[in-house]
Amino acid sequence: MLDFTAMTLAIGPELWLAATGLIGVLLGALLKDNFNGLSFKFGALVLFAAAGIAAVTYQGGEAFNGLVETNTFVNFAKIVSFIVGGLALVMSEGFLKRHETARYEYALLTIFAALGMGIILSAANLMTLYMGIETLSLSSYVLAAFHRDSARSSEAGLKYVILGSLASGMLLYGASLVYGFSGTTFYAGIAAAEPSVGLMFGMVLMIVGLAFKVSAAPMHVWTPDVYEGAPTPVGAFFGAAPKMAAMVVFANVMFQVFGDSIDQWQLIITIIAGLSMLIGAFGGLTQTNIKRLLGYSSIANVGYALVAVAAGKELGAGPLLTFMTLYVVSSLGLFAAVLAMRRQGGMVEGISELGGLMNKRPWLAIALSILIWSVAGLPPFGGFLGKWVVLEAGVSAGLYPLAIILVIASVVSLGYYLRLIKIMWFDEPTERFEAIDGSVTLVVLASSLFVIVFMVFFVLLSGWATQAALGITA
Amino acid sequence: MGGFPILSALTFLPLVGALIIMAVRAATAGSSSSETANEGRTALLAGLVISGATFLVSLAAFFYFDPATPGYQLVEQHVWYQNISYKLGIDGLSLPLILLTTFLTPICLLASWNSIHTRVTEYVVAFLVLETFMIGVFTALDLVLFYIFFEAGLIPMFLIIGIWGGKDKIYAAFKFFLYTLLGSLLMLVAVVYMYITAGSSDFEVLEKFAFDPHVQTWLWLAFMASFAVKLPMWPVHTWLPDAHVQAPTAGSVILAGVLLKMGGYGFLRFSLPMFPDASHLFQPAMFALAVIAIVYTSLVAWRQTDMKKLIAYSSVAHMGFVTLGVFSFTEVGVQGAIFQMISHGFISGALFLIVGVVYDRMHTREIAAYGGLVHKMPVYATLFMLFTMANVGLPGTSGFIGEILTMVGGFQASTWAAAGAALGVIFSAVYMLTLYRRTVFGQITNPDLNGLKDMNRIELVTIVPLALLTLLFGVAPNLIFNLTEGAALSILSLMAGG
Repeated sequence: MLDFTAMTLAIGPELWLAATGLIGVLLGALLKDNFNGLSFKFGALVLFAAAGIAAVTYQGGEAFNGLVETNTFVNFAKIVSFIVGGLALVMSEGFLKRHETARYEYALLTIFAALGMGIILSAANLMTLYMGIETLSLSSYVLAAFHRDSARSSEAGLKYVILGSLASGMLLYGASLVYGFSGTTFYAGIAAAEPSVGLMFGMVLMIVGLAFKVSAAPMHVWTPDVYEGAPTPVGAFFGAAPKMAAMVVFANVMFQVFGDSIDQWQLIITIIAGLSMLIGAFGGLTQTNIKRLLGYSSIANVGYALVAVAAGKELGAGPLLTFMTLYVVSSLGLFAAVLAMRRQGGMVEGISELGGLMNKRPWLAIALSILIWSVAGLPPFGGFLGKWVVLEAGVSAGLYPLAIILVIASVVSLGYYLRLIKIMWFDEPTERFEAIDGSVTLVVLASSLFVIVFMVFFVLLSGWATQAALGITA
Repeated sequence: MGGFPILSALTFLPLVGALIIMAVRAATAGSSSSETANEGRTALLAGLVISGATFLVSLAAFFYFDPATPGYQLVEQHVWYQNISYKLGIDGLSLPLILLTTFLTPICLLASWNSIHTRVTEYVVAFLVLETFMIGVFTALDLVLFYIFFEAGLIPMFLIIGIWGGKDKIYAAFKFFLYTLLGSLLMLVAVVYMYITAGSSDFEVLEKFAFDPHVQTWLWLAFMASFAVKLPMWPVHTWLPDAHVQAPTAGSVILAGVLLKMGGYGFLRFSLPMFPDASHLFQPAMFALAVIAIVYTSLVAWRQTDMKKLIAYSSVAHMGFVTLGVFSFTEVGVQGAIFQMISHGFISGALFLIVGVVYDRMHTREIAAYGGLVHKMPVYATLFMLFTMANVGLPGTSGFIGEILTMVGGFQASTWAAAGAALGVIFSAVYMLTLYRRTVFGQITNPDLNGLKDMNRIELVTIVPLALLTLLFGVAPNLIFNLTEGAALSILSLMAGG
């Protein structure tokens, strides 16, 4: 006998996404190409509604005999992921239309990717987790290769699929080891199991797999290539929605499944975090393609987020949510700005093309500068406080070397953030860009407003995040 | 004074003004994106009005301020996030620096009247935003809030150097930014640590909180990294000559006049009262660095061929006196250091304006290109003479008071340090008089100089008030000492553990 109330409370958003995704497939089969235009609005509405459902069922619950279990911590991540995912979809349409690839499959794949995100966040069992990861990954592979006539896009998709399968394999192997040595696939059961070497082996392999999904070093090599090769709106989506979800899942697994053996994994996460920050900072310095540059920027930012994970559940859960929310919103805005870099005959991606943007489109330049300062973690914008809470968590946990690395990486990465600012403000104008889609302008402005508003009213954002973190700490 | 948040008004008035100017510009710009000369003038005028109004508000704060009452005054406090609060207040240390800021900003904008011709609206906006951050640094009574203002000020200054600067502006802007940022991020780690350990980032709590002496050493070094770059101290001063040379005149004025003072302010506000043990520990090292700064950079200044570079190096030397006074831990030394900061704000600001006057005419800062200016520009030569003397530290000018008091303070703590600093006074006479002789005296050798006109009315309006104040504080230094006495005493009593 299925208990629908409990199911809805636990995984309402996922049920909704699965149902609407299938309805979308039916609509696509019936309406064929007539559905293409409508599908983007349909997909965005579905995602926003999913965020709404996650908000209504915020307290979460348990269903399917404990295969899924949700709480405020993961629901917070769901809300943010679905909203930024929806926004990414909204601003994709114009781009895809111009490339004559505005097909309804795009929106449906986004919905299924969101479904995957929801499932991994809700999972309380390694099998559920793996299913969710595969749902998310398979949708992502196809999205990366969505421009199937473009060699670059296909290459990005292929690279992603090969490396992604390797990572999934590692994750699965790790999960099976964990199952073998603990005798259960339930999070709670593994957490209660007697620690053993085999369990630790499994844990390390799972960390490798998860680190790939969040693009943490040294499992980051795919990121710049995929960000560069995939169609720009896909990059925007990858950099925002799955990033948030995967990061929180990573933390959730470490906190919930291996929470008691933090002594065993803290050093691993510390090293991964430090490497990510340094590689992200130094790797970005020589990039001339803005999408690759954002790829490195995302590696560095994942490193910052991992500092919060390394700080442990009590100290790190709230700061992680705060930091990631500010980061994914800014990242979405930055990619929106890349979408605005369009002139006669197609997109441009060289960062020098931003030259003199301040003269041509002052408001876009100002909004973009605000986002860049914010991602760089400079006051007076929200990103600064995001970094502040992460640093606070790290220092409280006694992770001083990480705090120092964070500082060094911030200065180094400023080298490329400042270069972007320099190009926009100091250099002579290059060619004039074409008119920008309204939705793109909206996203850029909204995300830059977001980092200002939540600087001033930071207590709201951090309060929500701290409340949400109680879902796993209380 | 009712409940009116006068300090918030003071801090954010320029920012609000900047937003209004931007909004008006956006509304009137229409389709053409390039501004006309008229629009630029209007923006400058609006900027002048706003910064003038800010100055009036700071005067109001000055009148409400009671030097006899100890502690912070006009305090406003609202919780911001956890134990971090939005807390503003002033004392005898910050008030003179705030007045200096609000006084110099309108002068800077006025000085740009004839020298900035491109993107004037953005220039005015950048300056007003910078003013908000500068005032915020001095009014903030919460460490995190202070840090935010402290670092945020880099952004507008970066843009001012990078957009309106000279030939190598990009290099200078990056160097300025990265040097300063590396220092302040190290401070950030210390700030986080202090916040976690003391459970608050409120100045008044932190001043009373006794940090473990061993930890103090590290915290002190982290703060020092930031303030030493900002002040700047030898050997991390190398960004300053580049930034000064490339910045537009007004940028140099504000850089030398206010931004450098944040370093001295930081030492007095944090290093001394919060880390007294570490401050004592590092006193000899700071004296050594101060004396090296004074002697070495004075000698370097002597060999410069670029006028702005010469004055920039002289700034480093004069900031050495501030370090000397601060780390003497005596009342006279600390008072002298504060006085020296104010006085140097006027004098170096004026010297950069003086260089700007001839630069606007000749578009070169090479000393060799000048000579014999006195024949063509007698008024200019007179004012230049006054500030040369003030920079040398001639009695009767404010420069003298600052140098003598810091040296007296230094003498009480270390005879050798004072002796070394005294050497610097002699060197400053050497390089300043050399500069003056080579540019102003002699015969005109460069034929281009023949067409020069003396200072115009705008230039006089910007420089004469600074001249008057330099003389006024030279003969009546008590005007400042009355304000700063209480603050100096309370810093020293906090140091002594009171």
